[in-house]
This record gives sequence, structure tokens and C-alpha cells, in this order.
Amino acid sequence: MTAPTTPSQTVGPYLHIGLPWPDGPFAAAEGSPGGVWIRGVLTDGAGAPIGDGLVETWQADPDGRFDHPDDPRGAVARPGFRGFGRCPTDAEGRFAVYTLKPGPVPSHLGLQAPHIDVSVFARGMLNRTVTRIYFPDEPEANAADPVLGSIASEAARATLVAEPAEDGYRFDIRLQGEGETVFFNI
Amino acid sequence: MSEPLTPEAPAAPPPVLGYLRDREVHPPLDYPGYRSTALRHPRRRLKVLPHLLTEVTGPLLGEDRIGELDNDLTRQHDGEPQGQRIIVHGQVRDGDGAPVPHTLIEIWQANAGGRYRHTGDNWPSPLDPNFTGVGRTLTDDQGRYRFTTIRPGAYPWRNHDNAWRPAHIHFSLFGRAFTQRLVTQMYFPGDPLFFQDPMWNSIPDPDARERLVARFDYGSTEEEWALAYEWDIVLRGRESTVFEDEIALEDDDE
Ligand SMILES: [Fe+3]
Repeated sequence: MTAPTTPSQTVGPYLHIGLPWPDGPFAAAEGSPGGVWIRGVLTDGAGAPIGDGLVETWQADPDGRFDHPDDPRGAVARPGFRGFGRCPTDAEGRFAVYTLKPGPVPSHLGLQAPHIDVSVFARGMLNRTVTRIYFPDEPEANAADPVLGSIASEAARATLVAEPAEDGYRFDIRLQGEGETVFFNI
Repeated sequence: MSEPLTPEAPAAPPPVLGYLRDREVHPPLDYPGYRSTALRHPRRRLKVLPHLLTEVTGPLLGEDRIGELDNDLTRQHDGEPQGQRIIVHGQVRDGDGAPVPHTLIEIWQANAGGRYRHTGDNWPSPLDPNFTGVGRTLTDDQGRYRFTTIRPGAYPWRNHDNAWRPAHIHFSLFGRAFTQRLVTQMYFPGDPLFFQDPMWNSIPDPDARERLVARFDYGSTEEEWALAYEWDIVLRGRESTVFEDEIALEDDDE
């Protein structure tokens, strides 16, 4: 017997009073060896920046492991690494998360390339949207990744691969229109 | 201790159990009645993401996210806020009926007059110096939570002519897996504003709408102190078996 779930509702325009944390953008402790910034801009179907959004990230550690009991290899705590980042967008639609690049993650569909799961919340979104960040310096792993491999269009696939940047990576999220990011039914 | 990973050609691990998909419960991302959805919904069909390790795990956030008075929104200032003091409590369960223990709940809301402490909220209803409108708590080992707050007021917005949001409290929940993450709103029973509210009407199933409405809980009312409302929240349940059609990645249909 499965009980019906509670429906989603929008975060609305005032999420900034309730959801941001002072340390939210730090999925890894500030100054961690190997730490990178993932920066991006969230835009709408007119190409305008979304200034009242929130981006959350969840990922494996650099060994591809999770500090979670449902990782069948066992939970692995990594001091200074939370694996979860949360950043509200600013007036220019910008967000940034500081983290460690994840390792490859095994699956029954084959080894997954390093990736980060992303949730996007905003006024005007009645539910979150979910996407994934992949890394530009992993061309072979990306080519073998079962999720990326399920996306036939090369242009669509490319929306999930970050670009190199001075202090890490750049990953823009376009909710709609030209260059629309691939979003997942989760 | 876990087994060390074999360096050469490890065999593919067995599938992990995913979470039951419940998209039909939720509002569509494209809902013309809520005008702001027009430019903020993907046009491309969502790709089915199989539930792999990143999706069946998630942040297990703890006491370090919670301050002492975070579950009592009436005691966060020197004085008491204006309005009707209420207790909001309930249980977080998954679709199998199992409690979701030790999970972070975050709430935010307008004050008794329907005004948010937010620079973007300028409608002519006064701020309350004794009310911030933000709370956090962890569920206990039975998935139970409890907040003390004041009943928020309705507020106007510009979505349609004479548009008013029914009184509501915004809730954010993590569950124990990325797939269980939920942001929603709790409403109050018998609100006369539901009929014209696109947030409410965007939920396709009328029964699902009712699951956002708290129950007035006279039994939990505290004499000469606070009224009480009970609201249970159900997050997605886990699959009991791995379904073949969930394993297969669908072909791209572009
Ligand atoms: Fe609201």
C-alpha cells in the first residue's frame, strides 16, 4: 500500500528570507585543497537573469563515495566535505558553489562520469527542475556515461557539460529557449 | 568497514532501489494561470533519470543547522509578535508509511497582516518588529515536528485582477534522498481564497490539493495560549523491486 505524496508548490518570491544559509555555497570547506568554484547564471526563456532563484547541488566525494547509509559500499564521512551546496541567485542571476570535483560513480548501467545533481527553484516554478553538471576535462568518461549517452542530440548533451574557468568551472542554466538546459524527470 | 574497491575492471554493481515516481501529483511546470511560469518552464520534454547512487542518497543535515529558538517563531525577538499564536505540528512519512526521522524542515511565512520581511514585499501592511517569519527544526525519531508561530495573513499579488494568496506557510524538506526533496506550502482549512489561487488550482487532482491543508487540532490546542493545526507530509516511497522500465534509459525523442 502506497500513500499518496504531498504536492509541490513554488518557493515564491520570498524564498530569500527562509532558505539561504551563510555557509550554503560551501559544499566543501573554504580553502580545501583541490577546491573549485562552480559559477553560473540562471536565465529565463527571454534570456533575462532570474534574480529570485535558488540552486542546490548534491554530489559524490572525490572518490565517488557518499556519506550516506544507502551507498552499498558504506557511508564515508570526509571531514570538511558536505557534498551539498545551496546558493540563492543574485540580481544578475548569478550563483556559485565551492566544492571538490567528484569522482566517477558506479552504477548497474556502467560507470558514471563525475557529475553533480542540481535542483533549481524559483518564483514561477511550481516544482523544482533537476539537471546534472558534468566536467569538460573528462571527455572519455563523459563519452561512456550512461545518462549522457541516453541524450541523442549533441547540442542538448553539451548543455550538461561545464566550461573551464579561472577558479573552477562555469555552468549556466537556461530554463527555456535557445540553449535550453536538459532537465530530468526524477 | 567496507570492501576495498578492486582497481581492475570492477563488475557492474547490482541496481539500487529507486524511489517511486510521483510526477502526476505535482503541478505542471507550464501553467498559464500562474503567469510567471511562461518564461520559466522547460520546453523540451524532461528526460527520465534512472535513480542511481547520486539520486538515492542526499544530504543528512543535522543539529548544526538548527538554533535553539528556530522552532518557535514567536520568541525570536524581545517582544511578542502580533497575531494569533498557533502550534503547527505533524509527522513526515514516506509513501510506505514509514516515519522520516531526523530530517531538516525549514519554513518561512508572512506576518499576521500578510507582509513578508523581505525587501521585495512592499504592499501597504506593516512589518512587525517582533516577527521574522523564518523557522527550522529536525523531525524526531518518529518523524514528528512542531513549530510555534503566528497565523499568517493573506496577501495580494499581481498575477490576475484582485489576486490574493490564501494564508500559507512555506515548507522545505529534504527526506533522506535527493529524489525526496520537496518544497511546498501548507494552507489552513476552509480558506475562502482557494477558488482564485493558481497555486492551488495548478495541482491537477483535487484530492492532492486537500493534502496541503492542515487540520484544525482542538486536542493539541493549549489552553489560554495557542490554537493548533496538524499537518502530515508524505514524501516519495522507495521501490520494493527494481522495475525493468525504470532501469532502461529511454531513447531520446528529439
Ligand atoms: Fe508566500
